[in-house]
Amino acid sequence: MIFSFDLLINAIVSGILIGAFYAAVTAGVSISFGILDIVNIAHPAFIILGSYIAYIVNASFGFDPIITSIVVTPAFYALGAGIYQVYYVSFEKRGQESLRGLAFFFGLLFITEVTLVLYFGVDYRYVEAPYIGPTWHVGPLDIPLRILMPCLVSLLLIAALQLVLTRTFIGRAIMAVAQDQFALKLLAVDPIRIKRIAFGISIASASLAGAFLIIIQPVEPSVGREYIGRVFAICVLGGMGSLPGTVIAAMLVGVFESLTSTFYGPSWAPAVSFGFLLLTLAVRPAGLLGR
Amino acid sequence: MSKLLAVDNLSKRFGGFVALDNISIAVNPGERVGLIGPNGSGKSTLVNCICGTLQNETGSVRFDGHLLDGRNAHQRTRRGLARTFQLPRPFASLNLVDNLRIPLLYTVSVRGSVGHSPRAVEGRCIDLLRQVGLEGKASRLPRELTQVEMRKLELARAMAAEPKLLIADESMAGLTHSEVEEILSLLVRLNDQGVTIILIEHIMRAVMSFSQRLVVLVSGRKVADGDPNDVVRDPEVERAYLGQ
Amino acid sequence: MRSDLFFLVCLAVGAAIFAAALALGNDYYFFAGYVVLQYVVLATAWNILGGYCGYVNFGSAAFFALGAYSTVATHKLFPVPIPVLVIIGGAVSGVVGFGMGYLTLRLRGAFFAIATLALAVVLQTLIVNWDFVGGSRGAYVVRPEAIAPFGSYIKYLFLIMMLLAVGAITVARVIERSRLGYGFATIRDDELAAEASGVPTLRLKLIATTISGGLMGMAGAPFPYYIGFLQPSSAFSLDYAVNSIAMPLIGGTTSWVGPLIGAVLLGSLQQIATVTISSAVNLLIVGFLLVGFVIVAPNGITGLVKKYIQHRPLGQVGPRRVDADADAPGRVP
Repeated sequence: MIFSFDLLINAIVSGILIGAFYAAVTAGVSISFGILDIVNIAHPAFIILGSYIAYIVNASFGFDPIITSIVVTPAFYALGAGIYQVYYVSFEKRGQESLRGLAFFFGLLFITEVTLVLYFGVDYRYVEAPYIGPTWHVGPLDIPLRILMPCLVSLLLIAALQLVLTRTFIGRAIMAVAQDQFALKLLAVDPIRIKRIAFGISIASASLAGAFLIIIQPVEPSVGREYIGRVFAICVLGGMGSLPGTVIAAMLVGVFESLTSTFYGPSWAPAVSFGFLLLTLAVRPAGLLGR
Repeated sequence: MSKLLAVDNLSKRFGGFVALDNISIAVNPGERVGLIGPNGSGKSTLVNCICGTLQNETGSVRFDGHLLDGRNAHQRTRRGLARTFQLPRPFASLNLVDNLRIPLLYTVSVRGSVGHSPRAVEGRCIDLLRQVGLEGKASRLPRELTQVEMRKLELARAMAAEPKLLIADESMAGLTHSEVEEILSLLVRLNDQGVTIILIEHIMRAVMSFSQRLVVLVSGRKVADGDPNDVVRDPEVERAYLGQ
Repeated sequence: MRSDLFFLVCLAVGAAIFAAALALGNDYYFFAGYVVLQYVVLATAWNILGGYCGYVNFGSAAFFALGAYSTVATHKLFPVPIPVLVIIGGAVSGVVGFGMGYLTLRLRGAFFAIATLALAVVLQTLIVNWDFVGGSRGAYVVRPEAIAPFGSYIKYLFLIMMLLAVGAITVARVIERSRLGYGFATIRDDELAAEASGVPTLRLKLIATTISGGLMGMAGAPFPYYIGFLQPSSAFSLDYAVNSIAMPLIGGTTSWVGPLIGAVLLGSLQQIATVTISSAVNLLIVGFLLVGFVIVAPNGITGLVKKYIQHRPLGQVGPRRVDADADAPGRVP
């Protein structure tokens, strides 16, 4: 283990940048799990789906992956709304979301991953764009643009989501539905419709997160799995549903992973976020009634 | 006479919201205590803290001479504390007999006061169902019961734990006049057998006829505690119910 | 006692299956049968925590792998017969199951499920970095050619897994009929009410995770001998997680019958599919079946059969314990 100030500062900075990306990845889960209490462990699978769509369009037509993902967002929204509808009718209404709802999403995760393997195989796929490749050198820092770009757009995405949640009627209805469905009904707002919209937004964000992912690193179908624990760890650490909290937690995880990877080797990195998660869950004072 | 239940300076907050503010209540063995208060005054929260479902921040709960602080809900039940839930929580996948079997298997047999043979346990379950008038539906599932029948099941399940103190949390909501009488006489019978009862209700007629002592909770604070007839004439209690 | 009789009957059935496979004369049936039996153990073990108690474990692979790797580690220290390895594997996994339970069972079911995923990854990372058992390079375990009086080694492994399967089913059945089984059901239905009725929920949940983890570890212990070369990716394969969830959910979660049916059906289906189609397609089928059954037939195959029986004109009285099903008016959120 060679300790050098340069290494340290690069590790920290890249950790922060990656952390912003992690926040974008987690934002969807902050909505679906943090606010709506739906344990969508298939979220990373939708992100990978977004990555592959960005890949196909980029490989065939050369379009920018981020632009592609924005264009595809409505489709992802519809997908999310549809999935929620099935989830609601099959599980939430019957009160069976704990066992069967979880199994449902697990099945979706699996189906998505295996389908991608069947179509694309297990080779790593990557995209090409003008900002992938060059690296900025600022003093001791080496900042690859392919990490900086997604980081910046991620922060934009989170800011946009936060604005929607706090300033629009729909956004506030979403925050409200988590706390008091009955009150919403009294306001002549259908809580199920609100949840459907929220879940749609959650999956729509996955489209963008997928583009970010494939810009940062090459992707193959099973990459999603390492994000499951990471995403839920960040969501829980960040206070379940608070987007600003998610950003901070994500950067924390990003920095720790980066430091571990730099000084102990990349094979230990997966354990960091999952370890974080276990620690958080073990220490958390949530009881049976508490959140 | 030593108290059966002694709650001292109990407080509970949820974030910034103070649900219970320094509550002190004492219940004597064999007493019939009524607990009333407007919606949201903290009655159910108090029950949850006494029974261990929630943890209180300050104060202590003493039951039958034992300090309950730090004990789990199931440990408190085994000591002789039983409660019903405001919204009935039956075991949905078990039939009525099996619902009652649970407290017998896990509370009563631990104390050793019922025979372990399946027949003895089953007999006790049927007997309890008969007492609440649900014997005919013994092998049905809770989802086949009416709301009223579910409240009776809830009560029967609490009785099955053979408690020294039973806290009945709005067991009569939605019942007809005669059904209220039925439950009341059941509770009186229980009390005659030595079970101390705390009755939480909104049906004033029932509370007044049943209680030897009345405690009033408003916004997390105890505002009255004494003879029912005196309490209902207390101006502060009137204000609480008629609005502030 | 009926449980003893049940055990003997199962043993007899197992012996009959073994004889039938012998008669077929091809070792392939033993290789395939081993995998199916392994799934019987895994599915049954999962169901004890998942179906009976309602706590979803996504990390079945971790316990399975722990069993496998404790065999590898023990084997490197001193050679020991497989039955002993099974006990060691079961003990290691049982202890880890207990530990994991202790850390996470105070939480809501959803957090527990996520924690099990996290645990699986942490364990996998630890093993990958542990050179003594081969790390990511893998470890060889030499399978003896033959062992008397069974002939080929695979027959011996098959018999061991058969014994484990019979044992697992018997354990599940014993639990179902005991006070423990009632306790587990209350945990699944309403933990708060269970506690209020005197059920020591944390203790019971710990018992469940320990038994469940222990059985999975036992299923994993002979695996290095079966496969010859053990890599973390194969021991920790997601297949185990998906199958151990899909099989009980498809077969039915309320009794020991469900995981058995699910494992036999799905396991055999996959063995056939792997040979005829690709193994990726066969996994896809499992995924679709899981999602389909969970939406359409939440009580699994046993649930469908029960429904059919209950609607027959002779009106047989349904079994006492059924799944909490749709449209329960009294169900509290």
